Amino acid sequence: MLTIAKRTFKSRLFLGTGKFSSANVMKESLQASGSEMVTVAVRRVDINNPQDDFLNAISPKDYLFLPNTSGARNAEEAIRIARLGRAFGVSDWVKLEVTPEPNYLLPDGTETLIAARQLVKEGFKVLPYINADPILAKHLEDAGCCTVMPLAAPIGTNKGLTTKDQIKIIIEQSTVPVVVDAGIGTPSHASEAMEMGADAVLVNTAIAVAQDPVKMALAFKQAVMAGRLAFESGIANTVDTAQASSPLTNFLRT
Amino acid sequence: MTSVDYLKRFDFHALYEQSLTVKPETVIQTLKQSTFSLSDLPTLISPAASQFIESLAQRSYQITRQRFGNMMQLFVPLYLSNECYNHCTYCNFSIHLDYPRKTLTDDEIIENGKLLKSKGFNHILLLTGEAPKTVDVNYIGHAIKLLSPLFSSIGVEIQPLKQSEYEYLIKQGCDSLTVYQETYEPDIYKQYHLTGKKRLFENRLYTPEEGAKAGFFKINLGALLGLYDWRFEALNLGYHLSYLHKHYWKVKYGISFPRITETISSFSTLYPVKDIDIVQIICAFRLLFNDLSITLSTREHPSFRNHVMPLGVTHLSAESNTSPGGYCGTNEQDQFQIHDSRSVHDISKQLHSIGLDPVVKDWDQAFIR
Repeated sequence: MLTIAKRTFKSRLFLGTGKFSSANVMKESLQASGSEMVTVAVRRVDINNPQDDFLNAISPKDYLFLPNTSGARNAEEAIRIARLGRAFGVSDWVKLEVTPEPNYLLPDGTETLIAARQLVKEGFKVLPYINADPILAKHLEDAGCCTVMPLAAPIGTNKGLTTKDQIKIIIEQSTVPVVVDAGIGTPSHASEAMEMGADAVLVNTAIAVAQDPVKMALAFKQAVMAGRLAFESGIANTVDTAQASSPLTNFLRT
Repeated sequence: MTSVDYLKRFDFHALYEQSLTVKPETVIQTLKQSTFSLSDLPTLISPAASQFIESLAQRSYQITRQRFGNMMQLFVPLYLSNECYNHCTYCNFSIHLDYPRKTLTDDEIIENGKLLKSKGFNHILLLTGEAPKTVDVNYIGHAIKLLSPLFSSIGVEIQPLKQSEYEYLIKQGCDSLTVYQETYEPDIYKQYHLTGKKRLFENRLYTPEEGAKAGFFKINLGALLGLYDWRFEALNLGYHLSYLHKHYWKVKYGISFPRITETISSFSTLYPVKDIDIVQIICAFRLLFNDLSITLSTREHPSFRNHVMPLGVTHLSAESNTSPGGYCGTNEQDQFQIHDSRSVHDISKQLHSIGLDPVVKDWDQAFIR
């Protein structure tokens, strides 16, 4: 079981809710994925509107809503959006995204750290989206964040674990759960991240824009479970040379 | 170096000639690339590439779904005024046309705003002519303030302003700026813009930069296709965007390719733009600028819009009325004729039928305040 900020999750797959062709397809995909935590872009939800598609499609009773600060260009904007998410009563969790450049949407480490410190102080459960920077991950952990969420590749690219070496270091050094976020394009990428020891993965584009998003959500569910099982089973190391089945130094012990 | 200086460094007429002589073999080679750069633009918009329009459209469709998912942002324009001091030969708001002018009162602004909100719109674009003595920055700022409790996103398409004036509008609750150069050919520009401040070509060209410096979140560029050869405009727009993107990297850019339709002064274009041209320019820009917002106007006919929606477009206006206060039954002079008058409900139904999700809210006033 995965525990984040004292809350336990059976599923290690988190889902983003953007880019789906309809609220209904999103709803069915979430169900198929088995996910228990979904991101909600504060900018997309119209909390004052009872007809809002998103709020009508899924309920906070079924999923932990993780409001994100998508669109924030600096710490100040991110803090404001996080407060708005909480004021909506969505939740006091926040996926902290500070992305000053609107195309690749790469996270700004400096501003993220400033916002994280403030939001932790205000009692938020902060899950920061970061570049795969092990030092920044430690700073955010020290600031009181309840996970770190390094990117596998720029968001929406589906390129897989292009930052693998750095993510490995983050996993090795982290004392909070590591959620690999952004860039995961196929179930095998998700599996690979889980085999490496990531605590969870967050997927959106790969499911939302698949030909059959519901089926793809199921594929991710199974891949994440398989990857985790493999990690827990203790994966045999790969080696470049053959190993002699008859040890060479037994004579020393006789 | 400003964007104006930057654009002067290039010989766009030579680039245009280059585009006209591109060979099909070059197009085939270019389309094999996995990504595209500015140097590919003459090829992508070339007459030769129009023979490969299906390949262009397929690539454009794939990139758009990958980058934007299955979403289509809907917005509505609200004309605040048809007063204008410019003489522009193609525009119904031009000062040389004699009819009673109208600028909305506070009550009318709110009445129109409430009506549009009740239809489900959350993103609004406020438009004016250019009458800075009556429809000045204070009037526009006041209108923004009146509407900001109703709308998540407010944009303006108004006379060119200075950085400090844009900063004021942003403080009132405005997040995006739209300014079209109309035509990027300086001599041609003067033939259409006879008198008034709009005659100042370079002043207009520099305007997006003023907006970027002021801190707008989104800036939309465009050219009014039909004033001059669309390929020439496309080349300029590509270089203009590229400059802005590099220098003002926090701004989300968008583009629109409005085509000239009928006006009351019986203006007829010397440079007609065909349907295939619009498709080609949209696809070329999508291939080059994967994350660019692309808007498709209600100037276009419903059936054309239906077909083009999935090919690269990210933003659609709906139910547009181009006369001041037109939503509440006033009968003032409109700026141009729209051809797609379908309701937001019908547009949404059409989008759903092709697997696209109409999005009415993708911004929040909280970003500003």
